[in-house]
Amino acid sequence: MRYSLSSIIRNAATGHKHWPKVWRNPEPKKSYDVIIVGGGGHGLATAHYLARNHGVTNVAVLEKGYLGNGNIGRNTTIVRSNYLCPENSQFYEHSLKLWEGLSQDLNYNVMLSQRGALNVFHTPAQRDAAIRRGNAFSLNGIDSVLVSREDVKKLAPLVDCSPNARFPVLGGLLQPRGGSVRHDAVVWGFARAADMRGVDVIQNCEVTGFRIEKGQVRGVETSRGAISARKVGIVVAGRSTLVAQMAGLKLPIESHVLQCFVTEPVKPVLDTVVMFAAAHFSIVQSDKGGLVFNGDLDGYNSYAQRGNMSVVSGVAECAASLMPRLSRLRLLRHWGGINDMTPDGSPFITKTPVKGLFFNGGWCYGGFKGTPASGWTFAHLIANDEPHPFASGFTLSRFETGNVINENGAGPQPGKH
Amino acid sequence: MQIPCPWCGLRPLDEFAYGGDATKKRPTGKRQADTSAWVDYVYIHDNPAGRHREYWQHVGGCRSWIVITRDTTNHAISKAELAPPDSRGGRR
Repeated sequence: MRYSLSSIIRNAATGHKHWPKVWRNPEPKKSYDVIIVGGGGHGLATAHYLARNHGVTNVAVLEKGYLGNGNIGRNTTIVRSNYLCPENSQFYEHSLKLWEGLSQDLNYNVMLSQRGALNVFHTPAQRDAAIRRGNAFSLNGIDSVLVSREDVKKLAPLVDCSPNARFPVLGGLLQPRGGSVRHDAVVWGFARAADMRGVDVIQNCEVTGFRIEKGQVRGVETSRGAISARKVGIVVAGRSTLVAQMAGLKLPIESHVLQCFVTEPVKPVLDTVVMFAAAHFSIVQSDKGGLVFNGDLDGYNSYAQRGNMSVVSGVAECAASLMPRLSRLRLLRHWGGINDMTPDGSPFITKTPVKGLFFNGGWCYGGFKGTPASGWTFAHLIANDEPHPFASGFTLSRFETGNVINENGAGPQPGKH
Repeated sequence: MQIPCPWCGLRPLDEFAYGGDATKKRPTGKRQADTSAWVDYVYIHDNPAGRHREYWQHVGGCRSWIVITRDTTNHAISKAELAPPDSRGGRR
């Protein structure tokens, strides 16, 4: 059933007792045209765009747990496209354009709020870097505005703009079209839209192995029996190396834990996304009123979806130094998500040495904001056996050929990006 | 997390800097001319969910490089030893 004003009125009149289930819960078939391993945001987006853009609907999405339990529900919901490297720039701008039409496309309100994404800077050198980046964004057709300290005061009155601040704010670089999206709605919306086009979204179905014959993938072994397909896409960021290992692949990825935090809910105090430049820290206020903080990686390989106290206190110090009035707020929850970190900080959307086996992962910090474009370009790759122009740089071979996409200019240590 | 430094005993995580996968060997001899050996050494690291051998440096203490064996799913450290003097795999 399509959601509309009339469907709301009709269901309100009947006491909301007849809303259909949002998606089916099908048994896996013996065979599909395409199997997507991983029912996170990217996997479901891939299935949706396979059906919508390429007419491929005999598709199964296999999810080990339940929808929304992984990184799609563990991020800080921020979207923006202000990236410097050309490969990232065109990809994330395409993603932001898809976000802008996503609620209509999915017939599901993902609650996109383009409240602006503001990077503040604290030193003349950082200001120079911001001007350079802003000019590069403008040349790439991405909106960016250099704002003064006075503007920062107006945009985000909570920010301590006094000259006595621990890290004095000199100004900021604003992307007005940046903002936040309700992440649960994204996973539910993509699952429903894919399901409505005939895709089987199968939960509690763990892939335990790959069937590969003569270098061609034939299907997967799962906890609910073998399923065959001539095309299989792996989209399991966080556990990419473990899943790819089952297909005999070694990937340039390390798994690291990234912690996020939410405070007790308060009245609206912050209507833009603010990113701090003195340390790795960003803040956004959720629609429920909680202030959502995002910090730095704990910094060592980890599959534990929880982190250490030093990062907790470091993030709290960042929050209090950027916005001193937050110091009395109490943290309500904190959690960790496992990030695929790559040696250059950029993702993979690529073929693999196994024919018919495709890989999408290595999202570092860009996974949530990249969700729609990741699905769009991965679906293109799977359907046509050719990379989409916006994702053609995201190969596994780029480290051998030297075509790395290194947004931060950090070295090859995955945990340093 | 606390790390048992062989010199200083059990010390908090904040005193240490991570050095990554300790199973890698820097290419030597003829392999130094092989690009794929360098790609493997620099970019392809062990990433198990379970026991992981890894370098740490006690930068806020004795400054020794150490090798620990840690379970990446629960951070239990089963072994900690000084990095051998000819160790050439550390990366920071």
